[in-house]
Amino acid sequence: MLMTVLTQTGLHEIAALFPIQPPAASTIAGGVDQLYYFLTGITLFFTVLIFSIIFYFMIKYRRRAPDEVPPETHAPLALELAWTLIPSAICVVIFFWASYLYVRNSRPPAASSEIFVIGKQWMWHIQHPEGPREINELHVPVNQPIEVTITSQDVIHGFYIPAFRVKKDALPGRYTSIWFEATKVGTYHLYCTEYCGTDHSHMIGWVYVMPQSDYAAWLAGGEQNESMSKAGEHLFGVLGCSSCHTAGGDGPPLQGIYGQTEKFADGSTHVVDDTLIRQAIIQPDSVQLPNYKNVMPTFKGQLDEEQMLQLVAYVKSLGPQERKNGQ
Amino acid sequence: MSTATLDLPPAVPAESRVTYLNATTGIKSWLLTKDHKRIGLLYLATITLMFMIGGLAAFFMRLQLIEPQGALVEPETYNKLFSIHGIIMVFFFLVPSIPATLGNFLIPLMIGARDVAFPKLNLLSWYVFVTGCLLALIAIFSGGVDTGWTFYTPYSSTYSHSAVTWMAMGIFVAGFSSILTGLNFLVTIHKMRAPGMTWFRLPLFIWSMYATSVIFILGTPVIAITLFLLALERTLHVGIFDPALGGDPLLFQHMFWFYSHPAVYIMILPGMGVISELITAFSRKKIFGYSFVAFSSIAIAVISFIVWGHHMFVTGQSVYAGLIFSVLSFLVAIPSAVKVFNWTATLYKGSISYEAPMLYALGFIGLFTMGGLTGLFLASLAVDVHLNGTYFVIAHFHYIMVGGAVMAYLGGIHFWWPKITGRLYPDMWARIAAALIFLGFNLTFFPQFVLGYLGMPRRYAVYPPEFQVLNVLSSAGASILAVGYAIPLIYLFWSIRYGPIAPQNPWGAKGLEWEAAPTPPPTENFDVMPVVTEDAYNYQPLKGAHHSV
Repeated sequence: MLMTVLTQTGLHEIAALFPIQPPAASTIAGGVDQLYYFLTGITLFFTVLIFSIIFYFMIKYRRRAPDEVPPETHAPLALELAWTLIPSAICVVIFFWASYLYVRNSRPPAASSEIFVIGKQWMWHIQHPEGPREINELHVPVNQPIEVTITSQDVIHGFYIPAFRVKKDALPGRYTSIWFEATKVGTYHLYCTEYCGTDHSHMIGWVYVMPQSDYAAWLAGGEQNESMSKAGEHLFGVLGCSSCHTAGGDGPPLQGIYGQTEKFADGSTHVVDDTLIRQAIIQPDSVQLPNYKNVMPTFKGQLDEEQMLQLVAYVKSLGPQERKNGQ
Repeated sequence: MSTATLDLPPAVPAESRVTYLNATTGIKSWLLTKDHKRIGLLYLATITLMFMIGGLAAFFMRLQLIEPQGALVEPETYNKLFSIHGIIMVFFFLVPSIPATLGNFLIPLMIGARDVAFPKLNLLSWYVFVTGCLLALIAIFSGGVDTGWTFYTPYSSTYSHSAVTWMAMGIFVAGFSSILTGLNFLVTIHKMRAPGMTWFRLPLFIWSMYATSVIFILGTPVIAITLFLLALERTLHVGIFDPALGGDPLLFQHMFWFYSHPAVYIMILPGMGVISELITAFSRKKIFGYSFVAFSSIAIAVISFIVWGHHMFVTGQSVYAGLIFSVLSFLVAIPSAVKVFNWTATLYKGSISYEAPMLYALGFIGLFTMGGLTGLFLASLAVDVHLNGTYFVIAHFHYIMVGGAVMAYLGGIHFWWPKITGRLYPDMWARIAAALIFLGFNLTFFPQFVLGYLGMPRRYAVYPPEFQVLNVLSSAGASILAVGYAIPLIYLFWSIRYGPIAPQNPWGAKGLEWEAAPTPPPTENFDVMPVVTEDAYNYQPLKGAHHSV
């Protein structure tokens, strides 16, 4: 009896010392783990197979006399084909399985709410559209799909939440995105996984998954910032954008432009999304609309990435409401 | 010199014959040699020194990681340690390791030639390599480099305050030595084979050297251009990679991996060639499926150029690009699997003995199998999203680069050591070292697979405390590995002076280098130029151990 208790305690301690699986706390974690364990099974099977055959041959065919002459053997074509085609077939299965998950995991559900992340040597700035900002902490509601738009103020960083099995690089001058839906209330690691300089290993933080009511309370409490679009509207005035971007002004009015497919002066067509708006602010001449003169100055170097996101949020808030997701 | 050298009894002291080692003497005779064998040894000495520098950096890294808060140095220093470890081991040890030492030494001997096609170019390539090494050492001693071996922009081009330009120049210069060596090998293999040495009678080591040389010539210019552009942006602020200057940071990654993924095969293909030689010699068997093993080397060399995007699955590369690079990455796994199966089948009904080189070869097959299979995890898109940038990747490529390439390199050095030096080393010590390396290696790197799945990012000077046990295990393994590497260094040096005189063909192996060339060979390799009348690895009927055809 005592032994059992001791053993159980011991096992428990050993299990605590040797975790072999990270917490799985998002809707996609289960699928990734299943494939991971399938791959582990394949790896174990072939490793054991090869090791066993080698050990068996090592013993059975050990040299018994110094001048021993082994018999000649031939490589039958069928055997060569078998061990070419069987691994190929296994690879095909893995490829389709992994790709199915990847494609599925790269498309956020239409009902996702948004959060914005800016990597900066050596911290994570997080901005909620409703206003709250955080550093190295990310509060999210459970059971709510969230799309994260990621960028960097300086070098490349990697935004990684192991418990959710999601990761994406934060690139300077570009928006990338991931989405997740947390399934378990709890506290999880947040890491930078792309080496970014001296304090790379200190660029870590925590993700707090909260019950939805707690999250609502959290959003309402704490310091009260303007919402991102409000802050963007403010900037829109301060920077003088509003003097041209009005009906009859030198620039196109921006009401309803977000999410539209526009034809540009150079003949190309693009969807007006976050990346395109950012580009229009930095390099206006590269996304010139027909019927407008190329008179907008560049705002390159005048805005940090946070302000950029606020301007994008403001343009987005001018409608239409349905956002383009994923593709 | 006697014309009857081939039939001399085994224990003729090398000193009584003229060999490439004693034909001329003095430092100058080595520094100005055009003999491919001596040039191979110059490379051996150079890369051994570089290996020690890279190994020392790894030693300090593993010490640091014994404690979560970092046991030894500040993060800034740790960042320089892992950068130096990676850069030195990849560009100044693994890439030249087997080709420049064993390749230089063996290619003419194996194909029945007196030297490589361009002996002066061969010597020049060593000087170019040494120049690259010196530039790298300048970089290290003028403050080090903190970019990681991957030099990702814009960190390396704009933000890092370390000696990036010196190091980039070092790799740039050393790259030309790869190109010259590759060129030399290709021409030698095409034009200088002995009468009767047809393509399909070539030892598989030669096929793997051929495939490696192709990658040297096609891939190396790209890394040279990439690092040149990096230096240009860093010194003259020409906007190429930094978005603040109008550049594209991902362009660097595309260009870097266009070379550096094939470079993985530069490191492992020669090892595969060595293993084919060792497995056949110690089981006295013809290789199982010669043409499958030979063409799988070529297939690997070709496909290796179109898989680079699998390093970039989480960079925001399009979903479709991800799918294509994923399927191509699975494709490159197949020829490697074919090789493993054929090596294993070669043992079937063999006459297997277990001298040290064979232990390395068998260890290679096991570790390479694990390294290859864990590569499937990283080719699988959804799983790579989780594992990318973690210790899983570190573990995977060390199973290939250390468990594979370094094991093969050591196996090859042990196998051809009697040929190179004319001396035998103590086999028992060699077996002990091989076993220690196998155990130490697994203890070092297996826990890192688990760490990676748990989510521990690579390149962390400090880490969350729950990862400590696995890190301590890994560091313990590294100390065993260090002992395993130190032992051969001692007895191999010892054997040069005190080892028993080697017979011409101590393993009873087939191949011109053993059967037709004296041990150690004379400067011109063969007393009588060989004519080849049979396939490689024709162990039937077995001739006397030192009797030649």
